[in-house]
Amino acid sequence: MSVQTMQPGARETAAGGPRQRYFYPYADNGGTVVAIAGDDFVVVASDTRLSSGYSIYTRDQKKTFQLSERTILGSTGCWCDVLTMTKVLRARMQMYRHEHNKAMSTGAVAQLLSTMLYHKRFFPYYVSNVLAGLDENGKGIVYHYDPVGHHDPGKCYTGGSGGALIQPLLDNQINYKNQENVTPEPLTVKKTVSIIKDVFTSACERDIYTGDAVAIQVITKDGITEELFPLRRD
Amino acid sequence: MRFTTSTMDLMPLQASQPFDPSKYRYTGPNVQPRQLPNTRSQAPITTGTSVIGLQFDGGVMIAADKLGSYGSLARYQNIGRLMRVNDHVILGCTGDYADFQFLRDIIDQKMIDEECLDDGIVTRAPALHCWLTRVLYNRRSRFDPLWTTFVVGGLDDDGKPFLGFVDKLGTAYTAPQIVSGMGGHLATPLLREKMDGQPPLSEAAARELLIRCMTVCYYRDCRAFSKFQIATLKAGSIKIEDDLEVKGDWEVAHFSKEHA
Repeated sequence: MSVQTMQPGARETAAGGPRQRYFYPYADNGGTVVAIAGDDFVVVASDTRLSSGYSIYTRDQKKTFQLSERTILGSTGCWCDVLTMTKVLRARMQMYRHEHNKAMSTGAVAQLLSTMLYHKRFFPYYVSNVLAGLDENGKGIVYHYDPVGHHDPGKCYTGGSGGALIQPLLDNQINYKNQENVTPEPLTVKKTVSIIKDVFTSACERDIYTGDAVAIQVITKDGITEELFPLRRD
Repeated sequence: MRFTTSTMDLMPLQASQPFDPSKYRYTGPNVQPRQLPNTRSQAPITTGTSVIGLQFDGGVMIAADKLGSYGSLARYQNIGRLMRVNDHVILGCTGDYADFQFLRDIIDQKMIDEECLDDGIVTRAPALHCWLTRVLYNRRSRFDPLWTTFVVGGLDDDGKPFLGFVDKLGTAYTAPQIVSGMGGHLATPLLREKMDGQPPLSEAAARELLIRCMTVCYYRDCRAFSKFQIATLKAGSIKIEDDLEVKGDWEVAHFSKEHA
Protein backbone atom coordinates (compact mmCIF):
# COMPACT_ATOMS: atom_id res chain seq x y z
CA MET A 1 0.00 0.00 0.00
CA SER A 2 1.28 3.48 -0.77
CA VAL A 3 0.90 6.66 1.16
CA GLN A 4 0.02 9.79 -0.80
CA THR A 5 1.89 12.34 1.24
CA MET A 6 5.13 11.33 2.87
CA GLN A 7 6.70 13.44 5.53
CA PRO A 8 10.39 14.15 4.91
CA GLY A 9 12.37 11.68 6.89
CA ALA A 10 9.56 9.16 6.89
CA ARG A 11 10.50 5.81 5.49
CA GLU A 12 8.49 2.74 4.71
CA THR A 13 8.92 -0.09 7.13
CA ALA A 14 9.68 -3.57 5.93
CA ALA A 15 6.05 -4.48 6.39
CA GLY A 16 4.94 -1.45 4.38
CA GLY A 17 3.25 1.61 5.80
CA PRO A 18 4.91 4.80 6.92
CA ARG A 19 7.24 5.06 9.86
CA GLN A 20 7.14 8.47 11.46
CA ARG A 21 9.77 10.31 13.40
CA TYR A 22 8.73 10.64 16.96
CA PHE A 23 8.27 13.95 18.76
CA TYR A 24 9.10 13.58 22.43
CA PRO A 25 7.11 16.02 24.51
CA TYR A 26 9.28 15.93 27.61
CA ALA A 27 12.69 17.23 28.56
CA ASP A 28 14.76 16.83 31.71
CA ASN A 29 15.80 20.26 32.91
CA GLY A 30 17.39 19.03 36.11
CA GLY A 31 17.36 20.59 39.52
CA THR A 32 17.05 19.41 43.10
CA VAL A 33 14.58 20.34 45.79
CA VAL A 34 14.75 19.61 49.51
CA ALA A 35 12.26 20.40 52.26
CA ILE A 36 12.63 19.76 56.00
CA ALA A 37 9.92 20.34 58.58
CA GLY A 38 10.37 21.35 62.17
CA ASP A 39 7.92 21.84 65.02
CA ASP A 40 7.11 25.40 64.10
CA PHE A 41 8.90 26.00 60.83
CA VAL A 42 9.66 24.51 57.43
CA VAL A 43 12.78 24.99 55.35
CA VAL A 44 12.50 24.59 51.58
CA ALA A 45 15.55 24.76 49.35
CA SER A 46 16.25 24.31 45.68
CA ASP A 47 19.29 24.76 43.52
CA THR A 48 19.14 27.47 40.88
CA ARG A 49 20.50 25.73 37.80
CA LEU A 50 18.26 25.13 34.79
CA SER A 51 19.82 22.74 32.29
CA SER A 52 19.18 21.00 29.03
CA GLY A 53 21.43 18.11 28.12
CA TYR A 54 24.98 19.26 28.80
CA SER A 55 24.07 22.95 28.50
CA ILE A 56 23.11 25.33 31.24
CA TYR A 57 20.13 27.51 30.34
CA THR A 58 20.52 29.76 33.35
CA ARG A 59 22.22 29.76 36.74
CA ASP A 60 19.52 31.84 38.34
CA GLN A 61 16.24 29.90 38.24
CA LYS A 62 14.99 28.65 41.55
CA LYS A 63 12.59 25.75 41.60
CA THR A 64 10.44 26.90 44.51
CA PHE A 65 7.10 28.60 44.10
CA GLN A 66 5.46 30.47 46.91
CA LEU A 67 1.80 29.55 46.85
CA SER A 68 0.67 31.40 49.95
CA GLU A 69 1.88 32.96 53.18
CA ARG A 70 2.61 29.54 54.60
CA THR A 71 2.99 27.13 51.71
CA ILE A 72 5.82 26.73 49.24
CA LEU A 73 6.00 24.20 46.43
CA GLY A 74 9.29 22.90 45.10
CA SER A 75 8.94 21.54 41.59
CA THR A 76 11.58 20.18 39.30
CA GLY A 77 11.88 17.92 36.29
CA CYS A 78 10.42 18.91 32.94
CA TRP A 79 10.44 22.70 33.19
CA CYS A 80 7.64 23.30 30.68
CA ASP A 81 5.40 21.09 32.79
CA VAL A 82 6.56 22.79 35.99
CA LEU A 83 5.60 26.20 34.65
CA THR A 84 2.20 25.06 33.47
CA MET A 85 1.38 23.04 36.55
CA THR A 86 2.26 25.87 38.94
CA LYS A 87 0.30 28.36 36.84
CA VAL A 88 -2.78 26.16 36.95
CA LEU A 89 -2.28 25.44 40.64
CA ARG A 90 -2.08 29.12 41.48
CA ALA A 91 -5.24 29.75 39.47
CA ARG A 92 -7.03 26.96 41.33
CA MET A 93 -5.93 28.43 44.65
CA GLN A 94 -7.30 31.80 43.62
CA MET A 95 -10.61 30.17 42.74
CA TYR A 96 -10.69 28.52 46.15
CA ARG A 97 -9.97 31.86 47.80
CA HIS A 98 -12.85 33.48 45.96
CA GLU A 99 -15.22 30.64 46.73
CA HIS A 100 -14.40 30.02 50.41
CA ASN A 101 -13.21 33.47 51.40
CA LYS A 102 -10.07 32.10 52.96
CA ALA A 103 -6.66 31.00 51.79
CA MET A 104 -6.07 27.31 51.18
CA SER A 105 -4.45 25.44 54.03
CA THR A 106 -1.34 23.42 53.31
CA GLY A 107 -3.27 20.16 53.61
CA ALA A 108 -5.86 21.35 51.16
CA VAL A 109 -3.20 22.38 48.65
CA ALA A 110 -1.61 18.97 49.09
CA GLN A 111 -4.82 17.22 48.15
CA LEU A 112 -5.52 19.59 45.28
CA LEU A 113 -2.09 19.04 43.78
CA SER A 114 -2.55 15.31 43.99
CA THR A 115 -5.86 15.51 42.18
CA MET A 116 -4.45 17.81 39.53
CA LEU A 117 -1.56 15.47 38.86
CA TYR A 118 -3.77 12.39 38.61
CA HIS A 119 -6.06 14.22 36.24
CA LYS A 120 -3.19 13.98 33.77
CA ARG A 121 -2.55 10.36 34.55
CA PHE A 122 -2.36 9.45 30.85
CA PHE A 123 -0.13 12.32 29.81
CA PRO A 124 1.56 13.26 33.07
CA TYR A 125 3.25 16.38 34.26
CA TYR A 126 6.78 15.03 34.36
CA VAL A 127 7.53 16.79 37.61
CA SER A 128 8.93 15.90 41.01
CA ASN A 129 7.04 17.90 43.58
CA VAL A 130 7.80 18.59 47.21
CA LEU A 131 5.18 20.65 49.00
CA ALA A 132 6.06 22.25 52.29
CA GLY A 133 4.20 24.47 54.67
CA LEU A 134 2.73 25.09 58.08
CA ASP A 135 -0.47 23.25 58.89
CA GLU A 136 -3.39 24.82 60.72
CA ASN A 137 -1.63 24.37 64.05
CA GLY A 138 1.52 26.06 62.86
CA LYS A 139 3.44 22.79 62.73
CA GLY A 140 5.71 22.15 59.78
CA ILE A 141 4.71 19.49 57.26
CA VAL A 142 6.29 18.27 54.03
CA TYR A 143 4.63 16.24 51.28
CA HIS A 144 6.40 14.36 48.54
CA TYR A 145 4.77 13.52 45.20
CA ASP A 146 5.32 11.19 42.30
CA PRO A 147 4.51 12.50 38.80
CA VAL A 148 0.94 11.15 38.92
CA GLY A 149 -0.15 12.41 42.30
CA HIS A 150 0.71 9.83 44.93
CA HIS A 151 1.65 11.85 47.97
CA ASP A 152 2.92 11.21 51.45
CA PRO A 153 3.36 13.53 54.41
CA GLY A 154 6.63 13.39 56.27
CA LYS A 155 9.36 15.30 58.00
CA CYS A 156 11.85 15.68 55.20
CA TYR A 157 11.78 14.88 51.53
CA THR A 158 13.84 15.55 48.45
CA GLY A 159 13.03 15.62 44.80
CA GLY A 160 14.76 16.05 41.49
CA SER A 161 18.01 14.95 39.95
CA GLY A 162 20.03 15.11 43.17
CA GLY A 163 17.20 13.81 45.32
CA ALA A 164 18.48 10.27 45.44
CA LEU A 165 21.86 11.51 46.63
CA ILE A 166 20.42 13.63 49.43
CA GLN A 167 17.49 11.61 50.75
CA PRO A 168 19.56 8.85 52.37
CA LEU A 169 21.67 11.41 54.21
CA LEU A 170 18.58 13.16 55.52
CA ASP A 171 17.03 9.84 56.58
CA ASN A 172 20.07 9.33 58.74
CA GLN A 173 20.52 12.84 60.09
CA ILE A 174 16.94 14.08 60.44
CA ASN A 175 15.04 10.86 61.08
CA TYR A 176 17.90 9.16 62.90
CA LYS A 177 17.58 6.02 60.82
CA ASN A 178 20.22 3.36 61.49
CA GLN A 179 21.70 5.26 64.36
CA GLU A 180 22.02 3.61 67.73
CA ASN A 181 22.13 5.14 71.18
CA VAL A 182 21.14 8.56 70.00
CA THR A 183 18.68 10.92 71.66
CA PRO A 184 16.71 12.81 69.05
CA GLU A 185 16.98 16.56 69.46
CA PRO A 186 14.31 18.90 68.21
CA LEU A 187 15.34 20.59 65.00
CA THR A 188 16.17 24.27 65.00
CA VAL A 189 16.09 26.57 61.99
CA LYS A 190 19.83 27.18 62.27
CA LYS A 191 20.69 23.48 62.32
CA THR A 192 18.34 22.72 59.47
CA VAL A 193 19.73 25.46 57.23
CA SER A 194 23.22 24.21 58.02
CA ILE A 195 22.25 20.67 57.02
CA ILE A 196 20.68 21.95 53.83
CA LYS A 197 23.88 23.74 52.84
CA ASP A 198 25.89 20.61 53.53
CA VAL A 199 23.65 18.29 51.54
CA PHE A 200 23.57 20.60 48.55
CA THR A 201 27.31 21.10 48.47
CA SER A 202 27.63 17.32 48.55
CA ALA A 203 25.01 16.69 45.88
CA CYS A 204 26.53 19.11 43.41
CA GLU A 205 29.83 17.24 43.60
CA ARG A 206 28.26 14.27 41.89
CA ASP A 207 25.15 15.51 40.11
CA ILE A 208 25.88 17.63 37.03
CA TYR A 209 22.40 19.16 37.08
CA THR A 210 22.77 20.54 40.61
CA GLY A 211 24.90 23.57 41.30
CA ASP A 212 25.37 27.33 40.93
CA ALA A 213 23.45 28.34 44.07
CA VAL A 214 20.85 27.07 46.48
CA ALA A 215 17.90 29.27 47.36
CA ILE A 216 16.87 28.47 50.95
CA GLN A 217 13.49 29.67 52.19
CA VAL A 218 12.32 29.39 55.79
CA ILE A 219 8.60 29.53 56.56
CA THR A 220 7.61 30.48 60.10
CA LYS A 221 4.50 32.07 61.53
CA ASP A 222 6.26 35.41 61.11
CA GLY A 223 6.65 35.00 57.38
CA ILE A 224 9.10 33.70 54.82
CA THR A 225 12.80 34.58 54.73
CA GLU A 226 15.15 33.74 51.91
CA GLU A 227 18.87 33.17 51.56
CA LEU A 228 20.96 32.47 48.47
CA PHE A 229 23.97 30.28 49.14
CA PRO A 230 26.50 29.90 46.31
CA LEU A 231 27.52 26.45 45.08
CA ARG A 232 30.00 25.09 42.58
CA ARG A 233 29.42 26.39 39.09
CA ASP A 234 31.02 23.51 37.21
CA MET B 1 -5.81 -6.26 29.52
CA ARG B 2 -8.18 -5.73 26.66
CA PHE B 3 -6.63 -4.96 23.32
CA THR B 4 -9.83 -4.82 21.36
CA THR B 5 -12.10 -1.83 21.41
CA SER B 6 -15.78 -2.24 21.17
CA THR B 7 -17.59 0.49 19.39
CA MET B 8 -19.57 1.08 22.57
CA ASP B 9 -16.40 2.47 24.16
CA LEU B 10 -16.08 5.01 21.45
CA MET B 11 -19.60 6.29 21.23
CA PRO B 12 -19.84 9.65 22.85
CA LEU B 13 -22.65 10.03 25.34
CA GLN B 14 -24.03 12.96 23.45
CA ALA B 15 -23.43 12.60 19.72
CA SER B 16 -22.92 15.86 17.91
CA GLN B 17 -22.34 14.07 14.65
CA PRO B 18 -23.61 10.80 13.15
CA PHE B 19 -21.53 7.93 14.41
CA ASP B 20 -19.93 5.62 11.87
CA PRO B 21 -18.84 2.34 13.50
CA SER B 22 -17.08 1.08 10.38
CA LYS B 23 -14.32 3.64 10.93
CA TYR B 24 -13.46 2.26 14.33
CA ARG B 25 -12.69 -1.38 13.71
CA TYR B 26 -9.00 -1.82 14.34
CA THR B 27 -8.91 -5.61 14.30
CA GLY B 28 -11.00 -8.32 12.69
CA PRO B 29 -11.35 -9.82 9.21
CA ASN B 30 -10.13 -7.76 6.27
CA VAL B 31 -9.34 -4.68 8.29
CA GLN B 32 -6.85 -2.36 6.54
CA PRO B 33 -4.60 -0.30 8.75
CA ARG B 34 -5.33 3.40 8.44
CA GLN B 35 -3.95 4.83 5.22
CA LEU B 36 -3.80 8.43 6.19
CA PRO B 37 -0.41 9.64 7.35
CA ASN B 38 0.06 11.54 10.53
CA THR B 39 -0.20 15.19 9.56
CA ARG B 40 1.36 16.56 12.73
CA SER B 41 4.77 18.20 12.79
CA GLN B 42 7.48 15.64 13.19
CA ALA B 43 10.41 17.48 11.68
CA PRO B 44 11.20 21.06 10.76
CA ILE B 45 11.67 21.77 7.03
CA THR B 46 13.17 25.19 6.32
CA THR B 47 15.13 26.16 9.41
CA GLY B 48 16.98 29.06 10.89
CA THR B 49 19.98 28.55 13.13
CA SER B 50 21.08 30.45 16.22
CA VAL B 51 19.62 33.62 17.62
CA ILE B 52 21.83 35.46 20.08
CA GLY B 53 20.43 37.95 22.57
CA LEU B 54 21.98 39.95 25.35
CA GLN B 55 21.06 42.72 27.76
CA PHE B 56 23.04 45.91 28.02
CA ASP B 57 22.76 49.03 30.12
CA GLY B 58 19.39 50.42 29.10
CA GLY B 59 18.20 47.85 26.59
CA VAL B 60 18.53 44.55 24.78
CA MET B 61 20.14 43.47 21.54
CA ILE B 62 19.30 40.42 19.44
CA ALA B 63 21.14 39.10 16.38
CA ALA B 64 20.35 36.39 13.85
CA ASP B 65 21.72 35.49 10.46
CA LYS B 66 19.65 35.65 7.32
CA LEU B 67 19.69 32.03 6.21
CA GLY B 68 16.85 29.57 5.79
CA SER B 69 18.41 26.11 5.46
CA TYR B 70 16.60 23.31 3.70
CA GLY B 71 18.34 20.48 5.49
CA SER B 72 21.96 20.95 4.48
CA LEU B 73 21.09 23.18 1.50
CA ALA B 74 21.61 26.89 2.15
CA ARG B 75 18.43 27.67 0.28
CA TYR B 76 17.03 31.07 1.30
CA GLN B 77 19.84 33.54 1.88
CA ASN B 78 17.98 36.73 2.61
CA ILE B 79 15.28 35.92 5.16
CA GLY B 80 14.74 37.96 8.29
CA ARG B 81 14.47 35.95 11.49
CA LEU B 82 14.14 38.98 13.72
CA MET B 83 10.85 40.71 14.24
CA ARG B 84 9.75 44.03 15.63
CA VAL B 85 6.54 43.17 17.49
CA ASN B 86 5.68 46.69 18.62
CA ASP B 87 7.53 49.69 20.02
CA HIS B 88 8.46 47.70 23.12
CA VAL B 89 9.25 44.17 22.00
CA ILE B 90 11.59 42.49 19.57
CA LEU B 91 12.03 38.80 19.00
CA GLY B 92 14.12 36.33 17.07
CA CYS B 93 13.26 32.82 15.99
CA THR B 94 15.26 29.62 15.56
CA GLY B 95 13.83 26.51 13.95
CA ASP B 96 11.14 26.01 11.39
CA TYR B 97 10.68 29.20 9.35
CA ALA B 98 7.12 28.41 8.29
CA ASP B 99 6.09 28.06 11.92
CA PHE B 100 7.76 31.42 12.59
CA GLN B 101 5.83 33.02 9.74
CA PHE B 102 2.63 31.52 11.06
CA LEU B 103 3.16 32.99 14.52
CA ARG B 104 4.45 36.24 13.10
CA ASP B 105 1.18 36.81 11.30
CA ILE B 106 -0.77 36.03 14.45
CA ILE B 107 1.39 38.35 16.56
CA ASP B 108 1.05 41.13 13.99
CA GLN B 109 -2.72 40.76 14.11
CA LYS B 110 -2.60 40.81 17.89
CA MET B 111 -0.79 44.12 17.78
CA ILE B 112 -3.33 45.52 15.35
CA ASP B 113 -6.16 44.43 17.63
CA GLU B 114 -4.40 46.03 20.57
CA GLU B 115 -3.96 49.26 18.65
CA CYS B 116 -7.66 49.25 17.83
CA LEU B 117 -8.64 48.54 21.41
CA ASP B 118 -6.78 51.73 22.29
CA ASP B 119 -7.11 51.26 26.05
CA GLY B 120 -3.65 52.50 26.96
CA ILE B 121 -2.39 48.98 27.61
CA VAL B 122 0.53 47.91 25.50
CA THR B 123 2.03 44.43 25.25
CA ARG B 124 5.51 44.41 26.73
CA ALA B 125 8.17 41.75 26.49
CA PRO B 126 7.26 39.73 29.61
CA ALA B 127 3.63 39.56 28.49
CA LEU B 128 4.48 38.40 24.97
CA HIS B 129 6.97 35.92 26.42
CA CYS B 130 4.28 34.49 28.66
CA TRP B 131 1.76 34.29 25.82
CA LEU B 132 4.26 32.55 23.55
CA THR B 133 5.06 30.06 26.30
CA ARG B 134 1.39 29.16 26.62
CA VAL B 135 0.86 28.85 22.88
CA LEU B 136 3.91 26.66 22.37
CA TYR B 137 3.14 24.49 25.41
CA ASN B 138 -0.39 23.86 24.26
CA ARG B 139 0.76 22.92 20.80
CA ARG B 140 3.31 20.46 22.22
CA SER B 141 0.61 19.01 24.44
CA ARG B 142 -1.39 18.20 21.33
CA PHE B 143 1.70 16.52 19.84
CA ASP B 144 1.66 19.10 17.05
CA PRO B 145 4.47 21.47 17.99
CA LEU B 146 5.49 24.70 16.40
CA TRP B 147 9.08 23.65 15.89
CA THR B 148 10.57 26.96 16.92
CA THR B 149 12.61 28.53 19.67
CA PHE B 150 12.06 32.18 20.44
CA VAL B 151 14.22 34.83 22.03
CA VAL B 152 12.03 37.69 23.21
CA GLY B 153 13.58 41.02 24.20
CA GLY B 154 12.38 44.31 25.56
CA LEU B 155 11.95 46.31 28.73
CA ASP B 156 9.77 45.05 31.53
CA ASP B 157 7.12 47.07 33.32
CA ASP B 158 9.78 48.66 35.54
CA GLY B 159 11.82 49.71 32.53
CA LYS B 160 14.54 47.14 33.16
CA PRO B 161 15.93 45.07 30.28
CA PHE B 162 14.14 41.75 29.78
CA LEU B 163 15.29 38.80 27.72
CA GLY B 164 13.28 35.59 27.57
CA PHE B 165 13.58 32.17 25.95
CA VAL B 166 10.77 29.86 24.85
CA ASP B 167 11.31 26.55 23.11
CA LYS B 168 8.99 24.22 21.23
CA LEU B 169 8.01 22.39 24.41
CA GLY B 170 7.05 25.58 26.20
CA THR B 171 10.18 25.62 28.35
CA ALA B 172 10.73 29.25 29.29
CA TYR B 173 13.21 31.23 31.31
CA THR B 174 14.79 34.67 31.47
CA ALA B 175 18.48 35.50 31.63
CA PRO B 176 20.90 38.34 30.84
CA GLN B 177 22.11 36.42 27.80
CA ILE B 178 20.09 33.98 25.77
CA VAL B 179 21.17 31.98 22.76
CA SER B 180 19.03 29.52 20.90
CA GLY B 181 20.18 26.81 18.53
CA MET B 182 23.74 25.72 17.94
CA GLY B 183 24.99 29.06 19.19
CA GLY B 184 23.92 27.92 22.64
CA HIS B 185 27.11 25.88 22.70
CA LEU B 186 29.30 28.34 20.81
CA ALA B 187 28.26 31.82 21.90
CA THR B 188 26.96 31.33 25.44
CA PRO B 189 30.42 30.88 26.98
CA LEU B 190 31.69 34.01 25.23
CA LEU B 191 28.75 36.06 26.48
CA ARG B 192 28.96 34.76 30.03
CA GLU B 193 32.70 35.33 30.20
CA LYS B 194 32.20 39.01 29.46
CA MET B 195 29.00 39.52 31.44
CA ASP B 196 29.09 37.36 34.58
CA GLY B 197 29.62 39.39 37.70
CA GLN B 198 30.31 42.53 35.70
CA PRO B 199 28.39 45.78 35.59
CA PRO B 200 26.01 45.99 32.62
CA LEU B 201 27.69 46.42 29.24
CA SER B 202 27.47 49.65 27.33
CA GLU B 203 25.61 49.52 24.04
CA ALA B 204 28.83 49.71 22.04
CA ALA B 205 30.48 46.93 24.04
CA ALA B 206 27.36 44.81 23.68
CA ARG B 207 27.31 45.28 19.93
CA GLU B 208 30.98 44.36 19.67
CA LEU B 209 30.42 41.24 21.75
CA LEU B 210 27.42 40.24 19.68
CA ILE B 211 29.34 40.62 16.42
CA ARG B 212 32.18 38.54 17.87
CA CYS B 213 29.67 35.81 18.74
CA MET B 214 28.13 35.92 15.26
CA THR B 215 31.64 35.57 13.82
CA VAL B 216 32.42 32.53 15.95
CA CYS B 217 29.08 30.99 15.04
CA TYR B 218 29.79 31.55 11.36
CA TYR B 219 33.16 29.83 11.69
CA ARG B 220 31.84 26.84 13.57
CA ASP B 221 28.14 26.29 12.82
CA CYS B 222 27.64 24.36 9.58
CA ARG B 223 24.24 25.91 9.04
CA ALA B 224 25.26 29.52 9.64
CA PHE B 225 25.64 32.29 7.11
CA SER B 226 27.70 35.44 6.88
CA LYS B 227 24.91 37.99 6.44
CA PHE B 228 23.04 38.87 9.61
CA GLN B 229 20.79 41.38 11.33
CA ILE B 230 20.96 43.06 14.71
CA ALA B 231 17.89 44.45 16.46
CA THR B 232 18.52 46.91 19.28
CA LEU B 233 15.82 48.04 21.68
CA LYS B 234 16.23 50.91 24.13
CA ALA B 235 13.64 52.97 25.94
CA GLY B 236 11.69 54.63 23.18
CA SER B 237 13.52 53.27 20.16
CA ILE B 238 14.00 50.12 18.13
CA LYS B 239 16.66 49.86 15.46
CA ILE B 240 17.07 46.87 13.14
CA GLU B 241 20.32 46.86 11.19
CA ASP B 242 19.90 44.69 8.17
CA ASP B 243 23.10 44.73 6.15
CA LEU B 244 25.75 43.31 8.43
CA GLU B 245 28.15 40.65 7.26
CA VAL B 246 30.81 38.52 8.91
CA LYS B 247 33.93 38.90 6.83
CA GLY B 248 36.11 36.64 8.90
CA ASP B 249 39.80 35.86 8.70
CA TRP B 250 40.46 33.21 6.10
CA GLU B 251 44.28 33.43 6.14
CA VAL B 252 44.44 29.70 6.70
CA ALA B 253 42.35 29.03 3.61
CA HIS B 254 44.93 28.05 1.01
CA PHE B 255 42.29 26.86 -1.42
CA SER B 256 41.43 30.46 -2.19
CA LYS B 257 43.53 32.31 -4.82
CA GLU B 258 43.48 35.43 -2.68
CA HIS B 259 45.31 33.65 0.04
CA ALA B 260 47.52 31.39 -2.05
